[in-house]
Amino acid sequence: MSAASDSRTPAEAVAPPPPAAWKRALAKARSNPTTMVGALICLAILLGAVLAPWIAPHDPAEQNILDRLLPPGGDYPLGTDQFGRDILSRLLWGARISLSVSLSAIAIAMVIGGAIGMVSGYIGGRFDLITMQVMDVLLSFPSLILGLIVVALLGPDLVNLIVAIALTAIAPFARIARAPTLALKERAFVEAGRALGFSHTRILFRHILPNITSEVMVMATLWLATAVRVEASLSFIGLGVKPPTPTWGGMTRDGFENILDSAWLATLPGLAILLLVLGLNMVGDGLRDATDPKLRNE
Amino acid sequence: MVFFFVRRLLAAVPTLLAVLTLVFVIVRIVPGDPALVILGDQATPEAAAALRARLGLDRPLWEQYLSFLGNALTGDFGNSLVTGRPILAEVGAVLPHTIDLTVAAMLFGVIIGVPVGIWAALHRNRAIDVAARILSLFGLSFPVFVSGIFALLLFSLHWRLFPVIGSANLDDPADRLHKLVLPAVTLGLVMAAYITRVTRSAMLASLSEDYIRTARAKGVPWRRVVWVHGLRNASLPIVTVVGLYVGILLGNSVLTEIVFNRPGLGKIIVGALNQRDYTMLQGLMVIYCFLIVVVNAVTDLLYGVLDPRVQAT
Repeated sequence: MSAASDSRTPAEAVAPPPPAAWKRALAKARSNPTTMVGALICLAILLGAVLAPWIAPHDPAEQNILDRLLPPGGDYPLGTDQFGRDILSRLLWGARISLSVSLSAIAIAMVIGGAIGMVSGYIGGRFDLITMQVMDVLLSFPSLILGLIVVALLGPDLVNLIVAIALTAIAPFARIARAPTLALKERAFVEAGRALGFSHTRILFRHILPNITSEVMVMATLWLATAVRVEASLSFIGLGVKPPTPTWGGMTRDGFENILDSAWLATLPGLAILLLVLGLNMVGDGLRDATDPKLRNE
Repeated sequence: MVFFFVRRLLAAVPTLLAVLTLVFVIVRIVPGDPALVILGDQATPEAAAALRARLGLDRPLWEQYLSFLGNALTGDFGNSLVTGRPILAEVGAVLPHTIDLTVAAMLFGVIIGVPVGIWAALHRNRAIDVAARILSLFGLSFPVFVSGIFALLLFSLHWRLFPVIGSANLDDPADRLHKLVLPAVTLGLVMAAYITRVTRSAMLASLSEDYIRTARAKGVPWRRVVWVHGLRNASLPIVTVVGLYVGILLGNSVLTEIVFNRPGLGKIIVGALNQRDYTMLQGLMVIYCFLIVVVNAVTDLLYGVLDPRVQAT
């Protein structure tokens, strides 16, 4: 391709083309069996959650006192709980809470944390120093404790749960976005952009952001797994979305109270949580191997 | 060496101040009047005003902040709103249980994680390595309360090897240990998984260094090369993860304590949440942060012991 036919500005022409890097990483991830199995698990749970209103055999809140604590089988494929509610239907509806809370919390954390890290690294100097110090303080709280306290103080509902989980994940996203920004701002294509008089906003969004997205996205997959776990833990403690809305953590807790005679009430939702977290970790792990520059040349 | 220690300990002071400030801010950000939150909507204005005065909420914000800092640094966190006893005494009574649990879980993680990680690194891409990677992925995907429930079902209810109720007599070492095994293994599982992974990659990196080849070339026995030359140089990332993970262990100990019905900080925090024990929550936050700052400082000190180059920087 000749320089004349290249419609991109010179600065953009020197920038490493991100789509190719993405494609390479995806191709590598696709050839990794762990990633594919993980992706299948996540996809199946996502489908179950989206299709819950159509495929759930019963109403998740419907109580049939005559059918209390039935073991799996028959009219109720996975049995019923102490109020005679169908476990399978409640698991399917619970997946919606698990996925929507963790996806929105991580999306918020990714945007806010990513922006903080990118801008902080780009500006540098004392601003960067102070911002990162604040992030370190935030990071020194264990996410469960921070989430616990924020939900406890704000009151347990869907929005507060999302805010609490997002808050615990902002600092790691800031760190992961900052590190490559520090390296990128010294690169020739950023300096060329600056020499051409591009605004800082344009450099940040058009030249730096595309080059840090893969790191940030991998981080998001791994943190999604943590978010699912924290949401389930908070629901287990009793700080999740209020009953009768089915949540996996809440179902585990209810089942735990009947563990002596109806163990499946606690183990089935527990297995659901484990499966989703495992699936997300498998995907995140494969993506990290595929995008990690240290491992790429092996 | 002493200079290094002192400097590192002093470095923890700003962090501690920042964390205390964050706690102060979080508690003050809560929407609504804390007095009304504690007393409920039906409280008379006089009762609310009296409680505000008792909590010091009627004073200017900077005065509240300074007295909060001063009290926190002298270990005075006020009295529980529910029991009326000093928070430090309430926490101190159960803290040994939580520390037992966290330390035991950490030891379990290290004892399992380091050898398995080294083993996997030495058999890279062979069956053992693949098995270790898959198992560790499983291990770190288990929410603590789920693994706790499974452990309880199998080992306490099915095989009856361990007690279901976990309140140990602190003065009886055998009882203390017996009731600690199951919760500690449950809590340590995730840590073992993390340490396996970090040890594996750190060992892979250090074993490919030139000094390893030199050591082998001059005839150092392979066992010694791995455990001394290899592991010593892989120890920094391992210590980092252990240090980071102790904080997460403290968080997860809340869940473990609920599942195994053990006394500890977790039980107190859940009780305080349910009863809106506002001063207790604030005190607990400070105590958790203090523990984590201490762990971070110890991790930093360990760096200096393990790698003399760190002391110079």
